[in-house]
Amino acid sequence: MVDSMASPHPAADAAVTLLRMRGIDKKFPGVHALRGIDLALHAGEVLALLGENGAGKSTLIKVLGGAHRPDAGTIEIAGEIVEIQSPADAMRVGIGIIYQEFNLVPALSAWENIFLGREPTVAGFIRRGEERRRAQELFDRIGVRIPIDAPCGQLSVAQQQVVEIAKALSQEVRIIVMDEPSAALTPSEVERLFAIIRDLRSQGIGVVYISHRLDEIFEIADRVTVMRDGEHVSTEPIEKLTRQRMIESMVGRAIENEFPKHRHDIGEPRLVVRNLTRGKAVRDVSFEVRRGEVLGVTGLVGAGRTETARLIFGADYRDAGSVQLDGRPLDIRHPRQAIRAGICLLTEDRKSQGLVLGMSVRENFALPNLPEFTRGGFLRLGAEREAFAGYVESLRIKIPNQEQLAKNLSGGNQQKVVLAKWLQRNAKVILFDEPTRGIDVGAKYEIYLLINELAKAGKAVVMISSELPEVLGMSDRILVMHEGRVKGIIDDVASATQEQIMTMAVG
Amino acid sequence: MNTPSSAADTSSAFGRFLSDYGMVFVLLLLVVLFSVLTIAEQNPTGVDAARQVAGRIVDRYGESAGVIIVTRDTADDRLFAEAIASRLADLGPSVRATVNGSPADARQAIEAVLERGQSIDAVAANNATSNWVIYDRFDEVGREKLVIPEPYTWPNFLKLSNLLGVANQTAIYAIIAIGMTMVIITAGIDLSVGSLVALASVASALVIRDLGAGAEAGLGLMLLGTAVGVGTCGLAGLFNGAMVTAFRLPAFIVTLGMMLMASGLAYRLSEGASIPQLPDSFFWIGGGETMGLPNPVWLMILLYVIAHVVMTRTAFGRYVYAIGGNAEAARLSGVPVKRVQLIVYMLSGALAGLGGIVLASKLQAGDPKFGLMYELEVIAAVVVGGTSLLGGSGKILGTLIGAFIIAVIKNGMNLTDVDPFNQKIVLGAVLLAAVLIDTIKRRRS
Repeated sequence: MVDSMASPHPAADAAVTLLRMRGIDKKFPGVHALRGIDLALHAGEVLALLGENGAGKSTLIKVLGGAHRPDAGTIEIAGEIVEIQSPADAMRVGIGIIYQEFNLVPALSAWENIFLGREPTVAGFIRRGEERRRAQELFDRIGVRIPIDAPCGQLSVAQQQVVEIAKALSQEVRIIVMDEPSAALTPSEVERLFAIIRDLRSQGIGVVYISHRLDEIFEIADRVTVMRDGEHVSTEPIEKLTRQRMIESMVGRAIENEFPKHRHDIGEPRLVVRNLTRGKAVRDVSFEVRRGEVLGVTGLVGAGRTETARLIFGADYRDAGSVQLDGRPLDIRHPRQAIRAGICLLTEDRKSQGLVLGMSVRENFALPNLPEFTRGGFLRLGAEREAFAGYVESLRIKIPNQEQLAKNLSGGNQQKVVLAKWLQRNAKVILFDEPTRGIDVGAKYEIYLLINELAKAGKAVVMISSELPEVLGMSDRILVMHEGRVKGIIDDVASATQEQIMTMAVG
Repeated sequence: MNTPSSAADTSSAFGRFLSDYGMVFVLLLLVVLFSVLTIAEQNPTGVDAARQVAGRIVDRYGESAGVIIVTRDTADDRLFAEAIASRLADLGPSVRATVNGSPADARQAIEAVLERGQSIDAVAANNATSNWVIYDRFDEVGREKLVIPEPYTWPNFLKLSNLLGVANQTAIYAIIAIGMTMVIITAGIDLSVGSLVALASVASALVIRDLGAGAEAGLGLMLLGTAVGVGTCGLAGLFNGAMVTAFRLPAFIVTLGMMLMASGLAYRLSEGASIPQLPDSFFWIGGGETMGLPNPVWLMILLYVIAHVVMTRTAFGRYVYAIGGNAEAARLSGVPVKRVQLIVYMLSGALAGLGGIVLASKLQAGDPKFGLMYELEVIAAVVVGGTSLLGGSGKILGTLIGAFIIAVIKNGMNLTDVDPFNQKIVLGAVLLAAVLIDTIKRRRS
């Protein structure tokens, strides 16, 4: 079904086909990132782009956005071949890309950001009134009210995203690419985003939507393109797809059960948290986790889940409250003390908090374990390598060698390296903060298996997650937080529903 | 499938060496360049040259020849003359006279020998004294009787004395650059090292002058002076570190403040004047030699070996890199971030202090004007050595290479008579080029 390079009537389908990428090929040193990808986007449709991390989605988007130059292949916009050599070129041909990391200057207002670099001027002076008026028109068109004069750094993530969308629209784009736009949004914000996307669609704009959340795909996408290992696997209309089939074409094999939950005997309380408080973020939080138990912790973004975990771990100072481990009170004020006591925290944000990206994976693995890997102050590099090699095998970490820099790994492999470093500690309590965020389906599954194993070994596991299916699928009990407080704890997970959790989470 | 991957391993090991220590090749290239540019005719001196001259006198004029030795009044020439005399005494010829002085002295000596009725068969001279014209004034002597060491062709740059001089001059910068490298790897900076050099020199000079009897001071006092100088600067570094860690002030500002304070303190303590005439026993650290190498060079080598091992083979070194790479991730991994930062700034201060002691010892004075702009020289050495100012990466031995690259360029330009103003321009360009290479390398990876 792939169109040949010499399509006989390129103009015939130009009316509906906004974008056509043909045979896009891109090699990096040691990685064949894209292998002859074809992709078409029609006017007024939402095309979902699916694939595991490392499948090449981001590279493809960067080719489209002018951040990477393809080694081979062509890009046609409305039937005409274009050369996209820079982000400015992409803008000129009508492509707007909204990356996961926003390109906004925090100190500037929404309208200043929208016209940054293209300010309307009179005799060298910026026409501020004109800028502000045009920005307001854009927000009206999107149908969202935003504090237009506030510095963007003070806006919520969802609001910043709207600013990015407005910025793209201000340049008369016909194609908008969104890379994981829902990752940091609350459910109601996601709904609003979808409303915006549907509105854009009705205006004839083509949207490429990238997400790991399959539920969203069903809600918003018209067609779905799946990529795997740099290759195009399939493109099908959404009505022909099931969740199961999408997962299977992403991972390339059959998956029986998305959440492989095992139930174990649950023992004595291990971690007992009482009245933990820090400002307004965490208020009077009490709970306990027992041996062999997985406690799912959920709530809306900003409910205080991450903050609670950080307090237990000593990453922030607490105003009040106590933490007990195996009946022994702990006085933890630094992460060092928590680690020594047997508590570890897998942070939500691996890149900024979990890993030293410029160091090798081996060195990252060893970082909390150096007391164990030193003798007389000197490093035992051999022991370090040997221990890490064990995890590379058991966790199936895909790396060419142990000296690989952490930044060169995919999200799933990075998470595995973080896991390895904490497994080596043999901790008693493991706090997972969004353990599967930004991780592909295959690696997710492996992490679930590992959580099972940790529980089986008698550890107390806290799993913070926004993904309700995951929380329901993997927890023994579920704690729901709202505005810094414990809203409730669900003991009977088997008969709990997403609606029940959401009702608690919204207050 | 195994073979290609192991081949890839070796090539990546070589690649890693290149990216870590690629500056070695730049240094070698510079050495070759300046060697070629400074090839010149060399006139040998010293004992070997003297033996050569004595041997040729015996070959040409026999064992009973009468010889006068003509040299200038310099230490090297005296050694040369003594060596010839003692060699000739072994071989047979008799030395009629030895001149250490001017042409007039030589003339008197020749006259005296001729007056005594002795013959002069040969004149042992060196390159300088062979050019004197007095020999032809005497029928009995004449230029044809001159015997001088055989000249040879060799680059001025590669002369042992020049290389040792380069190493000796680099040693102080290189020693200070160890601490600076560690600070920069933690993503910090230390601008106070230049002033701390001055402060250490003044503090130690004051201790030695005021507590001892000045020039008569003994070893104990030398050690005390050194300890006070290094200790003061270590404390100043600790203060820098405390400001950076406890109050999270930018290192640039903190150490800029310390740069001014330490300099002011050095001027106050010394009342603005040099503290000269430190005892000779103090000279040993900065001016002495051991087994042919200047002592500062030995000190530099020792400190680099220790620092290299610390940075590559200890938990502390690993922590330094981790903090510079991502301080928050390091903290959440249980790294004692503040403690490591404190130690690193303290080490930087203490090593600057040690540099100041070496300088004071070499010049036998303490002076608040010492160390001016050293911080920039040292930062330049670190950066040229491949350490990124963004932190998280860099190599101790790279810094040593960086220090030598700068020293070799300076020395080479002096030897090739490059205008001092142009030298500054060249050094600035070298620094920019080093940062440019680093940036390009970063972008590639």
